[in-house]
Amino acid sequence: MTEIGLGHYLTLGAVIFSIGVIGIFLNRKNIIVILMSIELILLAVNINLVSFSIYLGNLTGQVFTLFILTVAAAEAAIGLAIIVVYYRNSGTIRVEEIDKLKG
Amino acid sequence: MIAHAVFFYIFSVIAIVSAIMVTASKNTVHSVFFLILDFISISCLFIIIGAEFLGMIMLIVYVGAVAVLFLFVVMMLNVAQQKNQWFLSKTSSRHIPIGMIISAIIFFELIIVVGGWKYKPDLFSSNNSYSDEISNTHSLGQILYTDYIHIFQISGMILLVAMIGAIVLTFRQREGVKTQSYIKQISRERSEGVELIDTPSNKGVKIDD
Repeated sequence: MTEIGLGHYLTLGAVIFSIGVIGIFLNRKNIIVILMSIELILLAVNINLVSFSIYLGNLTGQVFTLFILTVAAAEAAIGLAIIVVYYRNSGTIRVEEIDKLKG
Repeated sequence: MIAHAVFFYIFSVIAIVSAIMVTASKNTVHSVFFLILDFISISCLFIIIGAEFLGMIMLIVYVGAVAVLFLFVVMMLNVAQQKNQWFLSKTSSRHIPIGMIISAIIFFELIIVVGGWKYKPDLFSSNNSYSDEISNTHSLGQILYTDYIHIFQISGMILLVAMIGAIVLTFRQREGVKTQSYIKQISRERSEGVELIDTPSNKGVKIDD
């Protein structure tokens, strides 16, 4: 219990990943919260990569965490820009009302 | 070791609770603040575990840039009033069991992978490994700018494309705003810019009648 190993960090990553998935599934009101859940999922992936990198003594995981960070920032910027454009055109970002593609 | 365990449990409990609050809080602004709290506690965990550079980068990139971006968009779109009550609405309540089941399956799959996982000690090459003489940032920079230089530059290109894309998406040319038009200025000709008028004496000149 007092010895914190790799399994603890991986469990934390799994918990945060699952919370992010729950957030994507359950949120029907606001698409910004869905983007935040995606950020949570990427954060869980980062936790896994960093803890593997530390406990296995290989720095490659941290390098790839850096790249995931870059891609997450780009994704947040583009996603928020799309949301702004959509709100400007249709006046709502409620998930239930975004059904123009009839999917 | 005891201190490591205590701080690990404190920060991971904060991270999990704030992650739950991100998805469950009614106000979007509160969700953004809980997201910031989550990033801060995870970066504290990174610093504890020994990845100082990534912890600090996490603070700068997520708390300093991404979370502020989220706050700006929430502020601009006036969605703070749109309450996030998925647990109260009728139409969304049928998504709750599906979402719970799927995320529970994902969670148990991840736990099974963690529980049954063993690695061979000689599986990993030692050229990227840690050494105690140089710091985390120094060793990260040593392999980031040598082995991964192409991927590093590609990630820079990704950021450039994201920046251009965000500008192109949100830029709009509004009507009725007086701005300088270079093409109009350059394409003026002498025939439409200058007019020669014969002026009779003592009559005056009428302009723009």
